[in-house]
Amino acid sequence: MSQATESDVREDGIIESVSGPVVTARDLDARMNDVVYVGSEGLMGEVIEIEGNITTIQVYEETSGVSPGEPVEGTGAPLSVDLGPGMLDAIYDGVQRPLDVLEEKMGSAYLDRGVDAPGIDLEKEWEFQPEVAEGDSVEAGDIVGTVPETPSIDHKVMVPPNSDGGEVTAIESGTFTVEETVVELDSGEEIQMRQEWPVRQQRPSVDKETPTEPLISGQRVLDGLFPIAKGGTAAIPGPFGSGKTVTQHQLAKWADADIVVYVGCGERGNEMTEVIEDFPELEDPITGNALMDRTCLIANTSNMPVAARESCVYTGITIAEYFRDMGYDVALMADSTSRWAEAMREISSRLEEMPGEEGYPAYLSARLSAFYERAGYFSNINGTEGSVSVIGAVSPPGGDFSEPVTQNTLRIVKTFWALDADLAERRHFPSINWNESYSLYREQLDPWFVDNVRDDWPETRQWAIDTLDEEAELQEIVQLVGKDALPEDQQLTLEIARYLREAWLQQNAFHPTDTYCEPEKTYRIMDAIKTYNDEAFEALDAGVPVEELTDIESAPRLNRIGVQEDYNEYIDELEDDITSELRELY
Amino acid sequence: MKEYQTITEISGPLVFVETDEPVGYDEIVEIEIGDGETRRGQVLESASDHVAIQVFEGTEGIDRDASVRFLGETMKMPVTEDLLGRVMDGTGQPIDGGPEIVPDDRQDIVGAAINPYSREYPEEFIQTGVSAIDGMNTLVRGQKLPIFSASGLPHNDLALQIARQASVPEEEEGSEEGSEFAVIFGAMGITAEEANEFMDDFERTGALERSVVFMNLADDPAVERTITPRLALTTAEYLAFEKDYHVLVILTDMTNYCEALREIGAAREEVPGRRGYPGYMYTDLAQLYERAGRIEGRDGSVTQIPILTMPGDDDTHPIPDLTGYITEGQIYIDRDLNSQGVQPPINVLPSLSRLMDDGIGEGLTRADHADVKDQIFAAYAEGEDLRDLVNIVGREALSDLDNKYLDFADRFEEEFVDQGYDTDRDIDETLELGWDLLSMLPKDALNRIDEELIEEHYREEETAEEVAAD
Repeated sequence: MSQATESDVREDGIIESVSGPVVTARDLDARMNDVVYVGSEGLMGEVIEIEGNITTIQVYEETSGVSPGEPVEGTGAPLSVDLGPGMLDAIYDGVQRPLDVLEEKMGSAYLDRGVDAPGIDLEKEWEFQPEVAEGDSVEAGDIVGTVPETPSIDHKVMVPPNSDGGEVTAIESGTFTVEETVVELDSGEEIQMRQEWPVRQQRPSVDKETPTEPLISGQRVLDGLFPIAKGGTAAIPGPFGSGKTVTQHQLAKWADADIVVYVGCGERGNEMTEVIEDFPELEDPITGNALMDRTCLIANTSNMPVAARESCVYTGITIAEYFRDMGYDVALMADSTSRWAEAMREISSRLEEMPGEEGYPAYLSARLSAFYERAGYFSNINGTEGSVSVIGAVSPPGGDFSEPVTQNTLRIVKTFWALDADLAERRHFPSINWNESYSLYREQLDPWFVDNVRDDWPETRQWAIDTLDEEAELQEIVQLVGKDALPEDQQLTLEIARYLREAWLQQNAFHPTDTYCEPEKTYRIMDAIKTYNDEAFEALDAGVPVEELTDIESAPRLNRIGVQEDYNEYIDELEDDITSELRELY
Repeated sequence: MKEYQTITEISGPLVFVETDEPVGYDEIVEIEIGDGETRRGQVLESASDHVAIQVFEGTEGIDRDASVRFLGETMKMPVTEDLLGRVMDGTGQPIDGGPEIVPDDRQDIVGAAINPYSREYPEEFIQTGVSAIDGMNTLVRGQKLPIFSASGLPHNDLALQIARQASVPEEEEGSEEGSEFAVIFGAMGITAEEANEFMDDFERTGALERSVVFMNLADDPAVERTITPRLALTTAEYLAFEKDYHVLVILTDMTNYCEALREIGAAREEVPGRRGYPGYMYTDLAQLYERAGRIEGRDGSVTQIPILTMPGDDDTHPIPDLTGYITEGQIYIDRDLNSQGVQPPINVLPSLSRLMDDGIGEGLTRADHADVKDQIFAAYAEGEDLRDLVNIVGREALSDLDNKYLDFADRFEEEFVDQGYDTDRDIDETLELGWDLLSMLPKDALNRIDEELIEEHYREEETAEEVAAD
């Protein structure tokens, strides 16, 4: 959380009433969305309503014991985040207070109240390398230097977006803290590595472009069937236990983004701990460095104050936009956006606002769309291009997708990964239902797959989709009459579809090799099954009974491709075996 | 201490009082009524000239002349190791006739959130001796794993079996390092009969001396139920993180707790969420469930097994639904299995333990555990599917393999799940039994298991016999 400067402080007020996270104050001179410090303990809050002399504040900390009459101090600044080197490898709460620093300051494993800490380390010194020289003229957003923040990421120091720019009069390399001036302009402006930005305001850009490159996730069902673009939006709705969090973790681990911002919004404490413990040990498949070097974590678990849960997605997306401005591809995972919506509902009901559907506030849809619209592939104001992809988990009550949060989300996002409790029950993971899910990016991303993987990627994928569709139809008949009553070609299709499901769509997130599958491997597994399909249908035409075709010894080896590290060799051999075994039958 | 005789309104469990000095939110209140009786309550809303108070013991008999004292502090639980072996009512007053409790410390019952950075990830296997849990949905220390049950099902027997048998393998090997096991039992609105069942079992097995019991019975005031689990968890945290105990907290029945929340919400005329439950129920439940866990640098742990009865067996009802979104999995008690006489009637398919994958495997349980579990799940699900089909087309119309899946599903329920409430199986027994069952299927069908493990564990002779019998 950013610290307001002294000069901004305006008239203080007095607490009028307290009800959970909602506090009203009298005589407070504050603007809408200003940050205020509430009570004698100085609990952080934000102004959410002003009515006459009474200001309503949502408090980001527990309010037990706070009583009317205590002071409320205004800061005159909206809720902002500190931006600068030191955000990667960090773990924050919903208002960007670093949790490791809080632990140290509070001297306890429990979160105490009224303790604040800057979002980035103000003491730490960084190696600053200038990118511009004295006499150059710079504008808002321009990159003036770099800092090697982690082994994976060079942090670009930029002129703040609200600066007027000017001619550089002083710049030198060296070690600086984030608050020391690294560049001076002729306008008298001094530029530091640290900037502030209000979280509820989108950072400026020149233009939003149509994304054409996929965000490769290393998950076969996603890359193969329902790809998301860099700069795209996706929703993962599903009932509890269907694997939302595992899917989000997989994406955070393996997505080929430069930076990952992971927002744990109102979810389990142990899950966040898992991320904190796992990520530093995992290796980024692209750079080989620790995954944590490119990751920023925001953890506001379900038992942490509800108002901070409301703000945590904004904190996350503002950090993501800042890295986008440097020209990076950023992926933001929000788990779960339903908890965010519920936080809005809770605050709204304490304000006694007129509720919309299912008690959610009437502005739910507007807030959701405004948030997802901050994703995209952007031309930045400094001429670089960067993207923010947003992947939001949704937790519909009772797994019912017709509820307001899911429906309002689906109206905005272009990729829909529907998690399915039935699949999860039979431990088919990732339990993404291939009949219900969709990706509107498929066509615009096809050229990339054709250029970078194989020419016939779209055709092969279409074959897989058709086969799975046909299976879904046939299954309905099978449920009535049994498999053996079907004609032989349909029985064969069922068998092929089974391999598509088990060998291709299923993927073991906990197996060291299978957890990440590059696009080439995704293609080759699919193609190996297609080889089996084509050869088997030819044999069937030649009069071989279907039992013999499905009983061949080599076919079950298809299920083992996922776990093979040297998959090319394995698949070559397997395809030969399947072909020769089938051809021997006629 | 401020005292007032200015009650303006009494409505349901709420009392509204005019005040001239500010009162802290969540503060504890004592209300003294005519005959000298004292009730306790808590400030729900505090404004500069009035407060709303929720009275734990009910508002019956309170009139506008009652005097109200604000104690100037939030609710505290007196904690000490001597609580072990004691029985308390739902507000923490001893009811076992034992000596007065001399507290070591008084702790706020609204526990602060554990900093996620200070948590330690739970990955130590707890052996419950129940195959359907150990083998298929493993419990680990610091986990919160609720039992989803419904009226008329034997969830209490299962909870008791777990409380009796739960152990951690390292303890069995005698390498105890002072970390002892304790059970905290928090009852909310259960019947006197159920309470007796628990108490008898605790006494019979001698478990009482390592237990702390909080009893809010069905005829106790409903509002009191909102503090009972907080008292239980405060005690649990104290024993776990200050006295190094491994604490198992059993909370039953969470449905009654949520009903109490709804009652208070309605009395306050709040805008209701789904089915009349308050919109903040998720946050409220999270503040209970999230108090499970382990903390870095502390030896103890808090493991929670909340029990809830699903109204109408419906797991989309807000109570199980919100619970499932917070807890790390769930164990389903199944009505059909129960009527078949399976003990415990756990349906493993919808059950889940989210922390299982890191708590099992080589060095923790056994190297083959994960694969065996996956394969059993897949095979049992296949068998379940086929049962519907068999009803229509008959067994003869199915292939050999399909028939084997059907047999597998039957034997799985009869041998693996149905072990009885008094059988304590260790993890080796459970996994070996799993292999016995899986060996009914041909090797090719075991596509979830690593080939080397199949070679090591697959029972060749059984299939050989079957082939001979064919």
